[in-house]
Amino acid sequence: MARITISVNGQNRSAETEGRTLLVQFLRDGLGMTGTHIGCDTAQCGACMVLIDGRAAKSCNILAQEAAGRCVTTIEGMANPDGSLGPIQQAFRDHHGLQCGFCTPGMVMAAAALLAENPEPTEAEVRGYLEGNLCRCTGYHNIVKAVLAASGQDVSALDPALSAPG
Amino acid sequence: MYDFEFLRPDTLDEAIAALDRDDAMPVAGGQTLLPTLRQRLNAPSRLVSLTAIPGLRGIRREGDMLVIGATTSHAEVAREAGAHFPALAALAGSIGDPAVRNLGTIGGSIANNDPSACYPAAVLASAAVVVTTRREIAAADFFQGMFGTALQPGELVTALRFSIPERAAYAKFAQPASRFALVGVFVAQSGTAARVAVTGASEGGVFRWEAAETALSGDFRPEALAGLTPPATGMIDDLHGSADYRAHLVGVMTRRAVARAAA
Ligand SMILES: Cc1cc2nc3c(=O)[nH]c(=O)nc-3n(C[C@H](O)[C@H](O)[C@H](O)COP(=O)(O)OP(=O)(O)OC[C@H]3O[C@@H](n4cnc5c(N)ncnc54)[C@H](O)[C@@H]3O)c2cc1C
Ligand code: FES
Ligand code: FES
Repeated sequence: MARITISVNGQNRSAETEGRTLLVQFLRDGLGMTGTHIGCDTAQCGACMVLIDGRAAKSCNILAQEAAGRCVTTIEGMANPDGSLGPIQQAFRDHHGLQCGFCTPGMVMAAAALLAENPEPTEAEVRGYLEGNLCRCTGYHNIVKAVLAASGQDVSALDPALSAPG
Repeated sequence: MYDFEFLRPDTLDEAIAALDRDDAMPVAGGQTLLPTLRQRLNAPSRLVSLTAIPGLRGIRREGDMLVIGATTSHAEVAREAGAHFPALAALAGSIGDPAVRNLGTIGGSIANNDPSACYPAAVLASAAVVVTTRREIAAADFFQGMFGTALQPGELVTALRFSIPERAAYAKFAQPASRFALVGVFVAQSGTAARVAVTGASEGGVFRWEAAETALSGDFRPEALAGLTPPATGMIDDLHGSADYRAHLVGVMTRRAVARAAA
């Protein structure tokens, strides 16, 4: 066992780890931060996505000790300081970008990574970037719309049938 | 996943020393190794991470060569190699998804030599040299069948040295669930010589399609390949595609790669 420290959402957090402890286990079991989900546990679905030093990573596919000393951002770090929904979260809510919500933490983190790299992505760029995030509910359309809306772009043309009044 | 000791040395010498026992393994991005360990297909007692060793990471130009450190991520190659070797940057940017590209490394990819991995096609088609802690290995000698390489126990890939072709392109028919290549073809042309390397298709792993190379030498156009398809013998035959289908795709993807390179 080794006690390691990782900066999580700007705060140094420590917990005991084994060599085999995954980053997602450090977050969920070590720190009790259960916002980061485990979906497939085989690096396919993206439910466990976090940012490491600002870049998207699947936290089920990196060892906690490999991430020691680095800066991790999780879904818990995406809200505004007063606890209200952050802009990406708010856009997911406004545009119905979730149904069961299981994939949502990973989707929001992927969106955060994308918008940091590319503040005004096209629809195709959003779809390409979300390649590693699977959703079994929404059919993706409203997720893509939410990400575009979070980037400040007008999404009313994306789905006239839904946004038309009445 | 069975437990193991995890070490993350910051020099190559320390890494080599830490690996000097039978059941120790190196880990770079972990994007292939960790899923394997979780399936208990392997049980090393010690993992030695290579990611803290500064000299192993980064891209630099040396004359008409591009040298890429073993722990350079796919995302870094996609972002930084474009000015020198655009076809290689595009290939790196087509691997998996953004999260896989941020952690996965070029050294890990070629050391693993998955029969459907993308990089081996580029390494073989551009006649790159694999630089290790012990020697330099020509690409043709490095890849030795599905998941097989010339690496000896304890030997680490430190860098890849690519001779930059005049024209090159990678065309990949992605297996839609995994994003790996169902068939991927990298073509490279310099002077009158053309090289064609195929991944994803053969039971023997990455290979050069010599009939296509002959047809393209001196006539680097998709039309030069009209009617050409490799034999289906020895092609991978699984639920994603039959051997005949893969052989057909090799012809199609080679023509697409040539069209892209010649454009
Ligand atoms: C969802 C998903 C999609 C993917 N899609 C693709 C794809 O489309 N195309 C593709 O090509 N790949 C794909 N991959 C694989 C990915 O590219 C891996 O990053 C790569 O195969 C291995 O690199 P790594 O750094 O993660 O290696 P690791 O997993 O760390 O190591 C792999 C093997 O190489 C050894 N090793 C690592 N570094 C060295 C070194 N320097 N010297 C000697 N041995 C070493 C390790 O001991 C291990 O046996 C995908 C992976 C995932 C999870
Ligand atoms: S739980 Fe990590 S990718 Fe599915
Ligand atoms: S909202 Fe249910 S999996 Fe995406």
